[in-house]
Amino acid sequence: MATVSLKNIKKSFGKTDVIHGVDIDIQEGEFIVIVGPSGCGKSTLLRMVAGLETITAGEVHIDDRKVNDLEPMERDIAMVFQNYALYPHMTVAQNMGYGLKIAGRPKDEIADRVDTAAKLLQLEPYLDRRPRELSGGQRQRVAMGRAIVRKPAVFLFDEPLSNLDAKLRVQMRLEIKQLQRRLGVTSLYVTHDQVEAMTLADRMIVMNAGRADQIGAPLEIYANPATEFVAGFIGSPPTNFFSADLVQTPQTDAKTLGVRPEHMEIVTENARLSGEVLYCEALGAETLVHVRVPNEQVLTVRQSAEKPQPSEGTPIGLNWSANDQMGFDENGKRR
Amino acid sequence: MEKRVTFKGIWLPLLLVLPQIAITAVFFFYPAGQAIWQSLFIPDPFGLSMQYVGLGNFEFLFSDPFYRASFLTTAIFSILVTVVSMGIALYLAVLADRLIKGSGVYRTLLIWPYAVAPAVAGVLWLFMFNTRVGVVTWYLGLLGYDWNHVLNGEEAMGLVVVASAWGRISYNFLFFLAGLQAIPKSVIEAAAIDGAHFWTRFRTIVFPLLSPTTFFLLVVNIVYAFFETFGVIHTITSGGPQQSTTILVYKVYSDGFVGQDLGSSAAQSVVLLVIVGLLTIVQFKFIERRVHY
Ligand SMILES: Nc1ncnc2c1ncn2[C@@H]1O[C@H](COP(=O)(O)OP(=O)(O)OP(=O)(O)O)[C@@H](O)[C@H]1O
Ligand SMILES: [Mg+2]
Repeated sequence: MATVSLKNIKKSFGKTDVIHGVDIDIQEGEFIVIVGPSGCGKSTLLRMVAGLETITAGEVHIDDRKVNDLEPMERDIAMVFQNYALYPHMTVAQNMGYGLKIAGRPKDEIADRVDTAAKLLQLEPYLDRRPRELSGGQRQRVAMGRAIVRKPAVFLFDEPLSNLDAKLRVQMRLEIKQLQRRLGVTSLYVTHDQVEAMTLADRMIVMNAGRADQIGAPLEIYANPATEFVAGFIGSPPTNFFSADLVQTPQTDAKTLGVRPEHMEIVTENARLSGEVLYCEALGAETLVHVRVPNEQVLTVRQSAEKPQPSEGTPIGLNWSANDQMGFDENGKRR
Repeated sequence: MEKRVTFKGIWLPLLLVLPQIAITAVFFFYPAGQAIWQSLFIPDPFGLSMQYVGLGNFEFLFSDPFYRASFLTTAIFSILVTVVSMGIALYLAVLADRLIKGSGVYRTLLIWPYAVAPAVAGVLWLFMFNTRVGVVTWYLGLLGYDWNHVLNGEEAMGLVVVASAWGRISYNFLFFLAGLQAIPKSVIEAAAIDGAHFWTRFRTIVFPLLSPTTFFLLVVNIVYAFFETFGVIHTITSGGPQQSTTILVYKVYSDGFVGQDLGSSAAQSVVLLVIVGLLTIVQFKFIERRVHY
């Protein structure tokens, strides 16, 4: 267990700046998720904490120890890779015990710790198999096992679940969360999947093109996005954005307005916006109604399946409460 | 799954493989058959008649101390060529693999020696080590070392080994580099995080993962050292001094064409044929069971 702090971390590859200054103080045992679209620099940020990329500017501290110039092995971290990065020529047990063996630990201690981890991860029947004889989910567990056997101060995860199918992903997500709770190890977790981020994180860092647009608890970020990007990225289906001049109730300093699909309502009178139903998607518990508004934009309304489903081409009105309306200036900043 | 091309009739595929079969027949089956046939006879010195001796040529061969010495020479020579060329190639490949920039230049330069024919490479090295005018000989002389591979058998062996290994380094380097680059970077990174420094990583992760490449190269290089180094030996030492660099292939030539002992030469060819066969079997067995991680 350890605290981790990033102080104005920057990264350039040659002349291209990839990370433009990220700051965060991570508490002991906290689960931090770094989320953002592909190419925004999530992996790069994580790899700088791991020591796999050099830090161009800024400082990384693990437990008050500046680690900028330390080798990965000196940082007391463990990392789980997207492709698992298991040692293909070693058995599951050897994979998990590799770090301890390198460190010169006695054989029975290694066996002990590997067994404990294997029990925790339900890997006992597979200890003598090689990675190629395992399923994706099992490999994923071995990678986790290799990380926990060493009892590191910090866990780093780089999209560990993205190679698994949807169902397994949900299951492993839960397991990772429980494991982290149980072990209480400070964790940094990278994903581009906002559901994963929302469910796992104590706090999340929403990254946009090398910047941390917002850092905070998932629900807080959902309720109160700091930028247009965050509002659009967190929440599914994404927030509806439209030009502020489209509605009569003016919010003087906002250029763009955003309203989440679940906050919009189809009404017959007192409409803030009028439009025409384009098509409906019935998902079972809920229905997504896509509505074309006067400037040809298509907005989405998410309503419960019990509500009457309007037929295509019907003219309708849209309404929402003023509290749920988010205004953004021309730079995408929240007003 | 592999996609297989299937033909309807038998004639088209037959026609397509015919040239290859013809070449193999003319340049391999026919001479090999002749060698086997001739190995059973002793021709008279004028080549006018042949006397059937059964396995007599082989019996004589294996009781000949010179032939047995040649086996030992070949073994030493092949092991040295293989170890030297693979060792240096692996070292260079590891260095090139660590390079991020300029590895293309490095690679291109290292491939050049492979384009040099063995005989030419032999002459090149011969010039450098020429006992009277060689550059290296001169420098060695300055250091107080009197190089003379024409008289000293060990020096002769050293020279042919170096000249033979030199051209092979390129070939081995390419395979090793490809092998190294096929190892996922994240596996190496995981090992680094697990606490393994460079040498430990090499010993416990990289080298084991490279073993299919290493084994393949081992067989290929032994075959090379056995059969394709004729040009180098012929240009540098002609098998001397005192047969100290007469490997089996060279002995076939010197006994047959120089010594005119055609029966023995044919028998030696047959022995070599068997050795190639064995090496090929080893290689095929390996390719079949090739380890896929
Ligand atoms: N070694 C490198 N050299 C040059 N540019 C790089 C290098 N590694 C990453 N980049 C660039 O840095 C940016 C961020 O890459 P990074 O891998 O951190 O993205 P990511 O957020 O992890 O994306 P993904 O979700 O696709 O994994 C990308 O634009 C990428 O092209
Ligand atoms: Mg990434």
